[in-house]
Amino acid sequence: MSTFIELLVGGISVGAVYALIALGFVVIFKATEVVNFAHASLLLVGGFVIAKTHPLVGFWAALLLGVAGAAALGALIEFAVIRRANVLSHSVLAIVTIGVDLILVTELTRQIGTEVLALGDPWGSDVLQLGSVNVPATRIAALVSAAVVITAFLLAFKYTSWGVAMRATAEDSETAALMGVRRGRVSMGAWAVAGALAAVAALFMCVFPTPGLDRNVTAVAMKAFPAAILGGLDSTGGALAGGFIIGITESLVGGYQEELSFLGRGLGDVAPFLVMIIVLLIRPAGLFGTKELARV
Amino acid sequence: MNVHDPRPPGASGLSVRDLAVNYGPVTALRGISLDVPRGAVVTVLGGNGAGKSTLLRAVSGTLRFQRGGITSGEVTLDGVKLSGAATSAVVARGVVQVPEGRRVFARMTVEENLRAGALGARDRRSAAEARERVLELFPVLAERARQRAGLLSGGEQQMLAMGRAMMACPEVLLLDEPTLGLAPLMAARIAETVREINAQGTTVLLVEQNAAMALSLASHAYVLEVGEIALSGPAAELAASDEVRRRYLGVGGDAGDPPVRPDGAAVRRPALSRWSA
Ligand SMILES: Nc1ncnc2c1ncn2[C@@H]1O[C@H](COP(=O)(O)OP(=O)(O)OP(=O)(O)O)[C@@H](O)[C@H]1O
Ligand SMILES: [Mg+2]
Repeated sequence: MSTFIELLVGGISVGAVYALIALGFVVIFKATEVVNFAHASLLLVGGFVIAKTHPLVGFWAALLLGVAGAAALGALIEFAVIRRANVLSHSVLAIVTIGVDLILVTELTRQIGTEVLALGDPWGSDVLQLGSVNVPATRIAALVSAAVVITAFLLAFKYTSWGVAMRATAEDSETAALMGVRRGRVSMGAWAVAGALAAVAALFMCVFPTPGLDRNVTAVAMKAFPAAILGGLDSTGGALAGGFIIGITESLVGGYQEELSFLGRGLGDVAPFLVMIIVLLIRPAGLFGTKELARV
Repeated sequence: MNVHDPRPPGASGLSVRDLAVNYGPVTALRGISLDVPRGAVVTVLGGNGAGKSTLLRAVSGTLRFQRGGITSGEVTLDGVKLSGAATSAVVARGVVQVPEGRRVFARMTVEENLRAGALGARDRRSAAEARERVLELFPVLAERARQRAGLLSGGEQQMLAMGRAMMACPEVLLLDEPTLGLAPLMAARIAETVREINAQGTTVLLVEQNAAMALSLASHAYVLEVGEIALSGPAAELAASDEVRRRYLGVGGDAGDPPVRPDGAAVRRPALSRWSA
């Protein structure tokens, strides 16, 4: 039983982190209708900045720098590439983001090399013991931080002028323009927010029990992708639900690998994609989405 | 054709000169010139596909959303060029459009729609005042503030669309077929509100198919046909003209008008060109 609870808590915590990444996907998709395959590079840049700066300025300042760095990179990609790419189709833009991702990830992995970079977080490898359940402190920190960040995001999305402009643009960009909303700003803001969320996610992806930041972090973004899609690419609520579903599925399937071994090895890694495919077969627009992916 | 309406140069207001618009290979407007003096209500009439919405898109700068563009001519406000500017800049200069089909943000609440309308307002502080004025014009919006806009009736959505535009405190309001699909009673209410908005100092460019209603509101009218201005003149004169009565008012079901020729649409432009004002 305590194993189950440990796995569940772990799954929820990882799910919260996936939710942060998926939220970024969704924000970009809502604002620009572009599926951003460059998300992994935002994650990597955020983690990289934290790893490189924390020995100099301390962890918290490094975290701020990482968030700012990834946000700036997001804004830059929007401004320098997405906005200039004068193409008619959003699918072409999605492919452009693959190119951007390739360039950035190649350069960063070259910088990182074979090293595993520590992020200098204050939680280390502490494990909290709650009754018979052992939970790493980093998992609790991830859960709490993700909850705070997500709440802040949702409040901003609901109540600020930025949020109103975002939602208006997502629903009908031409009419939003008639309200004086500047599409470029909305879209750039979305990319920056996605970058910031990705940096926070990067932090918790690279702390205990993960050894640190290495080149494989980008694979994590690929798991948040099914989270965003199964929730519905244009639904913030869907991103949250999708993140948790993927996190918990992955944790439980991975944890009970032995019992599930008749299904083959490495099921934990595949499970997110299986869940996504099953959901999409039943609901092509995702759990809460309104636009079918075919229209991307 | 070349229908210039000579007005004193430098007159204040919205002015369109020799405007031509293409959507890719399709020419939607050619050689359009018209004037909307400050304080006036001017109407543009025309059948389906005449180019009325295209004209408003050209003024608001939203043609690029439809892959269209201005190929020649210009739009000015008080003599200063408006065409070529971004839509947000047009809104910032006080020219705000209520698009055809209302286009309320269906997934947002009425209140949020009004907030969206104030996003481009030049003065954020005046938003509270604007809101008060809008709710005075459309009290129903206050009752429905927390309801999703998509759940409103067609008439209520039209009021919301107009209220939303008024949140930006426009100096020039562009209305694209505000009575489209509304029952006569609701259409009359909308017309009354347009009159009220104009009386409070907003200049109005009203695009309509409901000629009877539009001509009763406007001081000046233009009739658009297949992308060109076929007729123009003081609204009262147009309302009295046989051509307009037969082609727009008769079909509009105005009881006082003899429906002389139900196949009036077959009458082509050459017969109309003499109406150049
Ligand atoms: N996005 C577009 N792409 C190509 N052609 C277009 C587009 N929008 C309009 N047109 C064409 O331009 C012409 C004018 O269209 P417009 O919508 O301005 O007419 P309208 O007078 O507003 O008609 P309605 O009363 O039906 O709204 C039409 O021939 C139409 O087919
Ligand atoms: Mg139209």
